[in-house]
Amino acid sequence: MAQKESQQAVERELTMSRAMVEAIGHEMREDDEVFYMGEDVADYGGIFDSTQGLLEEFGRDRIMDVPISETAYIGAAVGAAQQGMRPIAELMFVDFFGVCMDQIYNQMAKNTYMSGGSVSVPMVLTAAVGGTYNDAAQHSQTLYGTFAHLPGMKVVVPSTAYDAKGLMHNAIRDDDPVVYMFHKRLMGIGWMPAPDGPKTPVPDESYTIPFGSADVKREGDDVTVVTLGLHVHRALEAAETLAEDGIDAEVIDLRTLVPLDTETVLESVEKTGRLVVVDEDYRSYGVTGEIIARVAEDGLADLEAVERVAVPDVPLPYARSMEDEVIPGTDDIEAAIRSVRS
Amino acid sequence: MFEDMVTARYYEERLQEEYLEGKQPAFDISAGPIPGELHLAAGQEAAAAGVCQHLRDSDTVTAPHRPHHVAIAKGVDLNRMTAEIFGRRTGLSKGKGGHMHLFDPDVNFACSGIIAQGCPPAVGAGLAATKRGEDSVAVAFLGEGAISQGAFLESLNLAAVRELPVVFVVEDNDWAISMPKDRVSDVADGSRRADGFEMPGARVDYDDATAVYDAAKEAIGRARAGNGPSLLEVQVHRRMGHFMGDPESYRPDEDREAAQERDSIERLAADLRSEGVEDDDLEEIRERARDRVDEAIEWAKEQPKPDPEEAHEDVFVDPPSGVTTDEPTHEIAGGDD
Ligand SMILES: Cc1ncc(C[n+]2csc(CCOP(=O)(O)OP(=O)(O)O)c2C)c(N)n1
Repeated sequence: MAQKESQQAVERELTMSRAMVEAIGHEMREDDEVFYMGEDVADYGGIFDSTQGLLEEFGRDRIMDVPISETAYIGAAVGAAQQGMRPIAELMFVDFFGVCMDQIYNQMAKNTYMSGGSVSVPMVLTAAVGGTYNDAAQHSQTLYGTFAHLPGMKVVVPSTAYDAKGLMHNAIRDDDPVVYMFHKRLMGIGWMPAPDGPKTPVPDESYTIPFGSADVKREGDDVTVVTLGLHVHRALEAAETLAEDGIDAEVIDLRTLVPLDTETVLESVEKTGRLVVVDEDYRSYGVTGEIIARVAEDGLADLEAVERVAVPDVPLPYARSMEDEVIPGTDDIEAAIRSVRS
Repeated sequence: MFEDMVTARYYEERLQEEYLEGKQPAFDISAGPIPGELHLAAGQEAAAAGVCQHLRDSDTVTAPHRPHHVAIAKGVDLNRMTAEIFGRRTGLSKGKGGHMHLFDPDVNFACSGIIAQGCPPAVGAGLAATKRGEDSVAVAFLGEGAISQGAFLESLNLAAVRELPVVFVVEDNDWAISMPKDRVSDVADGSRRADGFEMPGARVDYDDATAVYDAAKEAIGRARAGNGPSLLEVQVHRRMGHFMGDPESYRPDEDREAAQERDSIERLAADLRSEGVEDDDLEEIRERARDRVDEAIEWAKEQPKPDPEEAHEDVFVDPPSGVTTDEPTHEIAGGDD
């Protein structure tokens, strides 16, 4: 709860993208070895405003536009990181990982292990995730599960500006490869309005949020809702509506998938006895299954009812009516909470 | 060729109007009748029209994220393509694909929104034709920003070593979103990428549809005759932002203005006039194109929206047990009714 206090102490509110950029700028000022590479990150400032304003301060050598060659530049980040630099490489949409996955999961993720720990890869891979704007199946995926499934990468998913900044400081300072996945809908970019939640007070100074510390974004006694990213805000909205009916939901924001704070989830389930897991990734073989498995392994006795809310196992459709059908909405979360209560 | 070009240009103008509806005053990409990204190709018509003129329905075309002009030149059903862009059930992909993912198997047209990833399937179409002893060819369209991708270079190599009937067409509009060509490639003439594969490469420097037509005739003729792949780069212009809503703050005003001034359609019209084609005839073509486009847009807007449950269909053509849905499958009306 120390976090809540420090949030109250500052008045200045930032969008999630501004908060991320502030952390990156700070780390770049502190450490000459930090640099940022990606498509359209210099003059454009990042398609999702992830590098807005950094070119002016740091120039083209440190805010580098690169050719559309993800294999080359993400692999180059691995190589530079192995030399002790601290590169940040941006994959514009997570959906594009297919063209460069070898560099991510066979090089970036495994070199530490395969070298018996003698090689470290202190890089950050940033990527935009998420749908809700009808960009269809190749530009709307969330894919948290894929990255968390493959060992060797820490996986970070902020849902607010405050968290985005603290987690970014951590990610850049971390000696391991970190995948930092930001939801487009939370960034606060001009052409994609964000919900109210992600814009939060953010302190000027740097601060870190330890990986593996989930955040209880709303306390409640009746049902535990575990989620991350955009769906933290949808779950909070559902919880507020249900509160009017006397149902008190606790909303846990995982914040990092690797490492995963199982403890906070188990403690909450011990209190509520009921679990709803919400994820914008595909239903099968993903985050929802993992959380439920962990609770089943270590907290089965506390568990009275459980439900998961996720994208059914279909690619994301284009037409709005169908996209709304598959991406979990506030209504779906509300229904799941009611259902585990009954 | 002229008709394809004016159809494509007018189509993009009309789509732009429709797209902006409901997105004002503050631009919101998820609002309005056409949500999602929209990449328009105004200024790039010459490449598509000049190349596709030589193609038959049985020839394959793969297009990238900016596909409308290529689709029109390849003869994709305009009504059903428009319905797709509006996310309607009778669209080419029943509203599942959208503007970057148009599939029309009747004319062997497909798209991918992932850069350069249409190249390998085009090689596959060429391979299938060769194996079956057919004389059809495959054409992969891509932007100059895509020629640094592994998939493109690997495809050139595979097509070359197997002598497959594939033509790679690079539309060089000088920009890859905000990145000018000189910042991402040290080779200004992208057709030189062909040299490393012992493959013919040619470049058409002005967005001159007639010159594209001639160059494509040679490349496609070579492929059809069984003499292997080639690479053609065509200089075109991006008259608009990368996508609708792109503020283009990275782009010098002079560059934008120059792109607007150089108009392949005007150029071709002038050529046709100098060859004795009457203004009236050209106007008649324009008129016909406008009618066709307006009709397609009207038709598309009247089409039904998909039921939400339809999202669950089509993951498999032949769903294994346990994956089938209970929902009835809907009859898909063709574009002609
Ligand atoms: C593998 C991959 N990387 C990045 C992108 C994002 N992206 C979409 S279009 C584009 C620029 C493409 O430039 P170019 O190939 O020149 O085509 P143009 O847009 O100019 O027609 C980029 C980087 C993508 N779709 N796929």
